[in-house]
Amino acid sequence: MDFTRRRLLLLLPAAAVAWKFVLAGTPEASPNYKLSEHWWSMLIDIPKCIGCGSCVRACAQENDVPEGFYRTWVERYHVADWKIERPEVESPDGGKQGFPPSESDGKNFFVPKLCNQCADSPCTQVCPVGATFVTPDGVVLVDKTYCLGCRYCVQACPYGCRFINPKTQTAEKCSLCYHRITKGLTTACCEVCPTGARQLADLKNPQDPIHAFLKTHTVQVLKPHMATQAKVFYNGMDGSVR
Amino acid sequence: MQIPVEGFMYPNEVELQWSVLIVLYPFITGLVAGAFILASLERVFRVEAVKPTYRLALLTALSFLLVAPLPLQLHLGHPERSLEMYMTPHRSSAMAMFGFVYLWYLMAVLLLEIWLDYRRDIVVKSKTATGVPGFVYRLLTLGSDNLSPRSLRIDDRLGYFITLIGIPSAFLLHGYVGFIFGSVKANPWWSSPLMPIVFIFSAMVSGIAAVMLLYMASTRLRGKQIDIRCLDKIAQYLMYIFIIDFSLEMLDLLQRIYEADESFRSLDFMVHTRLWTSQVIIQILVGTVSPIALLGLTQLVKFTEVARKRIYAVAGCLTVIGIFAMRWNVVIGGQLFSKSFLGYTSYKMAFATREGLLTAIVLMILPFGILWVLVKLLPPWTDSGSISASATAPAQAAT
Amino acid sequence: MFKDTEHLVRLAVVMAIALALFAALRTALVPRSFGQYGHYRGAAIAETAARPIAFAGHDVCEGCHTDVVDQKKQGRHVVVPCEACHGALAKHADDPATVKPPKLDTAVLCARCHEANSAKPKGFPQVVTADHSGGVACNTCHQPHRPKIEDSPAKPATEARK
Repeated sequence: MDFTRRRLLLLLPAAAVAWKFVLAGTPEASPNYKLSEHWWSMLIDIPKCIGCGSCVRACAQENDVPEGFYRTWVERYHVADWKIERPEVESPDGGKQGFPPSESDGKNFFVPKLCNQCADSPCTQVCPVGATFVTPDGVVLVDKTYCLGCRYCVQACPYGCRFINPKTQTAEKCSLCYHRITKGLTTACCEVCPTGARQLADLKNPQDPIHAFLKTHTVQVLKPHMATQAKVFYNGMDGSVR
Repeated sequence: MQIPVEGFMYPNEVELQWSVLIVLYPFITGLVAGAFILASLERVFRVEAVKPTYRLALLTALSFLLVAPLPLQLHLGHPERSLEMYMTPHRSSAMAMFGFVYLWYLMAVLLLEIWLDYRRDIVVKSKTATGVPGFVYRLLTLGSDNLSPRSLRIDDRLGYFITLIGIPSAFLLHGYVGFIFGSVKANPWWSSPLMPIVFIFSAMVSGIAAVMLLYMASTRLRGKQIDIRCLDKIAQYLMYIFIIDFSLEMLDLLQRIYEADESFRSLDFMVHTRLWTSQVIIQILVGTVSPIALLGLTQLVKFTEVARKRIYAVAGCLTVIGIFAMRWNVVIGGQLFSKSFLGYTSYKMAFATREGLLTAIVLMILPFGILWVLVKLLPPWTDSGSISASATAPAQAAT
Repeated sequence: MFKDTEHLVRLAVVMAIALALFAALRTALVPRSFGQYGHYRGAAIAETAARPIAFAGHDVCEGCHTDVVDQKKQGRHVVVPCEACHGALAKHADDPATVKPPKLDTAVLCARCHEANSAKPKGFPQVVTADHSGGVACNTCHQPHRPKIEDSPAKPATEARK
């Protein structure tokens, strides 16, 4: 390793701060994190997504996601001519290993999907015991020590982002890497995305550049007619996206 | 186990969430509500003709109500946590509130009504019976052996009042199950304000048919004479309610076809392919149109008693099958298509697993076992052969 | 008169006892932190936040591997986070001497991003690898940390992972 003392003085403090929080196997909440100061969301920039599947793999590793189930996944759309209401969609193994080559006529693009962290969440509405809930900082979580595994929440989610973990027999879904974002890190999927197609956003942070992006660009949410107040925003999303 | 998918489904949607056990649940609670409504026909609406089935209907309702939570428990990922629904019920959740509706109906309506109606017999038997039954009777008397005419009159008035609130309670019991499905905006096959109403009426149909069949079977088994006037009346009510039920279901279907919203193309394809046999053939043709036609025929043509009994038996069986198919089509059908409206999956029902077919069969047989025990403990029949209901005053019901 | 309703009074007592039992059970069973923030176990928030971390984040990698940082800074892969290719490395960052990052197979890895696909953005560098390299491993010609061949031709001997 080749470094000058100057470089060390610059980089060591930053590394030390981040290092403290990533020591594997040392669970602790960040003492400086205040729930009321954050309102989490995410931006997906469709024109930037290359369908490499890094996010799906990273999420599976970070969160111990079982095979055959997906906390996040990537869909590939093919829209022939004007037929916006009849796209052809595929998601082989959730896009985990990328996508095989396919037809090149018409419109083709990738759409990463995840839990939309709805502010008016239908899944938390139907949970009979309060095992899934919206935190004060806007993340929808599942309390797996309390969940009955009744699957009502899975039925109630319009986006298909929930599943039952076969090992714990409880409901599970994207937690927006809550254990990371409360420590100043970004989510695993955003961390590994090579093109910046996925970006975490804190809607209560006035300096957040993604929050600024949302205010100045044409963005959409999935299934707005469901009135879930979804907080995952899609830039450059085609009307054919389900 | 690879599940074949046609078209595109969101990756987490491929495996069905709610199995045949969740089909059983609305079917069973439907039988409960329907049986109770039949019982209330006599108690509240003074339809004397159906009196021979009054107590049998109540016991049938209880047998099925006791079994109703079992498919739910077997389906849960953590049945040991199910008490949480009573400890920390989430008031916005239809499922949580239903736990209390169930409890209310069991304790405040059904058990209370049965107790009040049978109290005279219970007290009498507590003095004579021995062994386990004797113990049960003595427990059920709650330590009181007062059978004065005034106390019996109080029981009767209270029982009438309980049945009165029992009718909306029965509607609430099963209408709520309909609401559990009907309020899920994410699923267009379920989401409908008509769902609770359709569930209630189909429940009444199945419950009435079930009690009718049980009455015919049990009377036959006991070697007694079936009260044909009672049977005619039950069949008549069955037909009327069935016509209302069928109209409601057809209204839902016609409106869907006409409005043809975003989901219609996908649902229509599903009905024409995956649900063709269970919905069009079994539920509609065999399970609804045929019994209505048969029952209608008995109203128009004068058949002999023997012929009528046969027709009622066939119609009753077809009805019960049809209503089961309806529950199947709602629960399973609602999970066969993708919420992206771009694909379909399949339901692979296992046999000897926790949520398999064998379990479902056992759960359907269990209520009859419980009913057998209840009938032995609290016989619902007045024991002279042919019963003309109008000749039997309520106070002489015990033998 | 009371005598004739005695059985109902007894029933009411039974029901009152049952309700009292239910209330007692509830006090015993409902978790302490339930209702702290809403209708859920408040402690679940901290429990969720305390999960172990698998991805260290590129800041941590850059703390030690400054030479790679310098290399990357001069090429298009400057925007690619380390763990996008190298996988979750928090354990390695925690104990660099003992925990080594796994060896990468460039044939599979690079293709995931750069195999030509009609759904990828038109301006994104993509090739049909069969035509482009005939199946040869990508790092035969390209240095992954500075992929443009003209800038830094690959040295197969030193680039091969241990």
